[in-house]
Amino acid sequence: MLSLLLILVTAIFFTGIINRTKSIASGRKGPGLFQPIKDTLRLFKKGNVYSNTTTIIFKIAPTIYLSSVIMAMLVVPFGRSKGVISFEGDFVFFAYILALGKFFSIIAAMDTGSSFEGMGASREALFSMFAEPAFFILMGSLSMLTGYTSFHEMFSSFHIGSYFTYAIAILSTFVLIMITMIENSRMPIDDPKTHLELTMVHEVMILDNSGFDLGLIFTAGMLKFAIYGTLIVNLFIGMVPYEYSIPIFFAFQFLIAMIIGLIESFMARFRMNHNAQFIFALTSVSLLIFFGVLLILEKFM
Amino acid sequence: MIALLYIYIILPFVAVFLIPFFNSKIKNIILLTSVGIGVVASSYFSVESLVGNNFNYTFYGSVITGPINISVDYLSAWFIIIFNIIFAAGTVYGLYYLEPYQNKSTSISMHYIVLILTYFSLVSICVIQNFIAFIVAWEIMALSSFFAVIFEHEKESTIKAGLNYLVQAHISIVFITLGFIYIAYRTGSYDFSVITEFTQNNQGPTIIVLFLFFFVGFALKAGFIPFHTWLPYAHPAAPSHVSGIMSGVLIKIGIYGILRMILLIKTDYVIIGYIILGISVFSGLYGVMLAIIQHNLKKLLAYHSIENIGIIGIGIGMGCVGIGKSEPILIIMGFTGALLHVFNHALFKSLLFFTSGIIYQVLHYLNIEQMGGLFKKMPKTAILFLVASIAISGIPPLNGFVSEFIIYSGLFNWIKDAGIVSSIFVILTIISLVLIGGLALLCFTKAFSIVFLGNLRHHVHSEIKDGPFLQMLPLYFIAIIIVFIGVYPQFILSVLYKPVSLFANNNNYLQFVNNNAFDFISNISLLSVIFILLVVTIFIIKHFVVKNKVIETESTWGCGYVNPTAKQQYTASSFIRSYAKLFAPLLMFTKKEKPITNIIPEETNYETSPYDKIEHFFIDKPILLLNKIVNKFQFLSNGKLQFYILYGVIFILSVIFIPIIFEKIQYFIDYLKQL
Repeated sequence: MLSLLLILVTAIFFTGIINRTKSIASGRKGPGLFQPIKDTLRLFKKGNVYSNTTTIIFKIAPTIYLSSVIMAMLVVPFGRSKGVISFEGDFVFFAYILALGKFFSIIAAMDTGSSFEGMGASREALFSMFAEPAFFILMGSLSMLTGYTSFHEMFSSFHIGSYFTYAIAILSTFVLIMITMIENSRMPIDDPKTHLELTMVHEVMILDNSGFDLGLIFTAGMLKFAIYGTLIVNLFIGMVPYEYSIPIFFAFQFLIAMIIGLIESFMARFRMNHNAQFIFALTSVSLLIFFGVLLILEKFM
Repeated sequence: MIALLYIYIILPFVAVFLIPFFNSKIKNIILLTSVGIGVVASSYFSVESLVGNNFNYTFYGSVITGPINISVDYLSAWFIIIFNIIFAAGTVYGLYYLEPYQNKSTSISMHYIVLILTYFSLVSICVIQNFIAFIVAWEIMALSSFFAVIFEHEKESTIKAGLNYLVQAHISIVFITLGFIYIAYRTGSYDFSVITEFTQNNQGPTIIVLFLFFFVGFALKAGFIPFHTWLPYAHPAAPSHVSGIMSGVLIKIGIYGILRMILLIKTDYVIIGYIILGISVFSGLYGVMLAIIQHNLKKLLAYHSIENIGIIGIGIGMGCVGIGKSEPILIIMGFTGALLHVFNHALFKSLLFFTSGIIYQVLHYLNIEQMGGLFKKMPKTAILFLVASIAISGIPPLNGFVSEFIIYSGLFNWIKDAGIVSSIFVILTIISLVLIGGLALLCFTKAFSIVFLGNLRHHVHSEIKDGPFLQMLPLYFIAIIIVFIGVYPQFILSVLYKPVSLFANNNNYLQFVNNNAFDFISNISLLSVIFILLVVTIFIIKHFVVKNKVIETESTWGCGYVNPTAKQQYTASSFIRSYAKLFAPLLMFTKKEKPITNIIPEETNYETSPYDKIEHFFIDKPILLLNKIVNKFQFLSNGKLQFYILYGVIFILSVIFIPIIFEKIQYFIDYLKQL
């Protein structure tokens, strides 16, 4: 339950910090921390414009997208406390419910019959497919290391025993940050601030969304950032008591947001046709984690 | 119950002889009643079996076959129930699908007869416990389904696909028969129970080879790669209700056979488990990879059947390793996942084929590049297709997720205390299962959005609308089961517990199931319900917030261009272009191109069609080689009658003299030895 609260709080300022970091890095003062939230709230008050090609799919897709993200949020734990619902194999549910959201955002983009939006849709489907194995290998390695198969139990018994596990945690952080960037369509996979449809992934998919629907999509985006941030923090806090873990949590989230901002400031987007290879390379990094775990468990005998 | 059994045997014969003599209306009634009675009777036996009263009966048989045992155990019952649901739905749907063909009276009679025979032979295969009777039933099933496939026999492609199916179905029979002959030769009995006795007393590599013979035979039916090549031809060629039945039921009889053999043959299951796992992973990945590049809707679905057979196989492989290592959790998770996925796949795949049949009825083509915008004209079909697409992609809150989840938890439980080799094996399986899921998502977002969303890409003269209510009714029924299993999987698991207990034949295992192994299922059910409520809540909130706001309708944003045509939409080929480029080394396209030559270019064209690389190397190349060798002997068939008579005489003479000569030689050798 605690994790739910913390994720919601983080979601409020996460995107703000990224934007602020980017503006400071480029020598501007930049908007306030709460500007993204204010923008989103304003969207909720607006009317809608629908394309005349669209069907009910287009109208319901943002709702399902947000719901899927909220459902994913429910299974994420925080340190000692479980997620709202925790069970064996909940990370499989986590990945698959997010896939449901993706499924609907893809078909909603195709629903407009546009010549652009399909481009983003096909890329989104391809890229997220390639990111998934890395996540599952990571989780498989953790469950091998700890002997459990739920988020909460895996994270809470991660650092019992060997200090090597912190090395694993750092590698995992790298994998998870990259997955965060892919899932949220940020640099270096996708450039949210680009102005050319041909080079967009996520932005081009939501070209025709407006008003309340767009607000839902933005909200889901913010939540997604906070969810992945929480997963990363969980890699380190383990069973640390709350009076330390909560400040660590916020410090970490702040740091992650800053790192993302810095990556976005100093890196250019990859060439689109190299993206898939890059994402698949992520799988090999997570295989490294897998072999690391085999090493720790002394299975090379 | 015995009376019911005899009714069950007599019924198809009566129906088959009655059908040709009546007009189309009464034919329909005969078909419906005979399949209906069959479904009710066999369901009765199966439900009785699942509540604990296994039905056993022995026919006297004949001198050749020996006594024929009939037994409805948990495994047969599970499969019979699946067959019944799909077949009942398919028959009702089929009556409406065949309406435009009613003027072809003879074809219809033939088709109804083979449908009845297919159904009754399928159910018999599940209960017969005698080699010869089994092979006879199997042959009836293979032949009748062949005739069901070639319903539109005036098309050349249909005949070609049908013959392909017929040949491969019989190769499958050869393997199964050889297996049976070996056992019968060694034991002298034709009853299934001797398999267990025989294999228990004769361990070793022979038994593994014996198992592999059966596996290949049944895998040819199930469509494991590389035994799949008939499948993508037969499914599109068959009328849609038959494709639905084939994909839902016929290929599952292969899975039934494999599972039955696992129950009967006792041998080292660790090796067999890994073999099945390897083949399944390969089938799953390659099936979906080829499915994505197909633009014929039914061919796409056919390749997806291969993928799903792969997923089922992963479950079976895991279960086999579990049997070998006697690890209850692997057995239970593996076989539960596999058996549930058999049911799930039967449901959503038949639904997909039935809906694509409705599309074919109005459009008369299956090329998805020419479809589009059907959602607005046939919303019910579209929503049914969407439900099945989400289910087949294995996404919550529908049934496909439940079975995949069980397989996943088995794999993750396995990796927890696996050794170095098996853990690498498992992690590769997990990677491929994840990739299968992702690729299926790519494939079905493509299929659904190109077929149903956007605008129609091709001009169609006929009116586009949903099928009549009674045709849609079985489809709704299937969709309801799909949703039900998704949100309340506890029920189906409580049924499944008995068939799975056959594999985990130990009371501890049952206790294990009762205790906590499936705790997560109730959580999944809970989360699915919360999810649905959440979607409804947000949608209602949205409805009330937006109610007083301005809602406008405009044309799609076109980057300043205001008059787009349907041709400017994103197409299926472009949707998968980046995928096809990435996977190019594994795929195969045949291109037909008429290049631009003159200064003033003439009309040109460019055509690509996907082809199966494995078919190219495993089927086409060897056949070409065989042709080359056989062609060398073409001079023998020179068309002259005298020569042919000579060949006959040579044959008869050799039949008579070779044994005599052989005997003489032996006699001579013996003589030499004595010296």
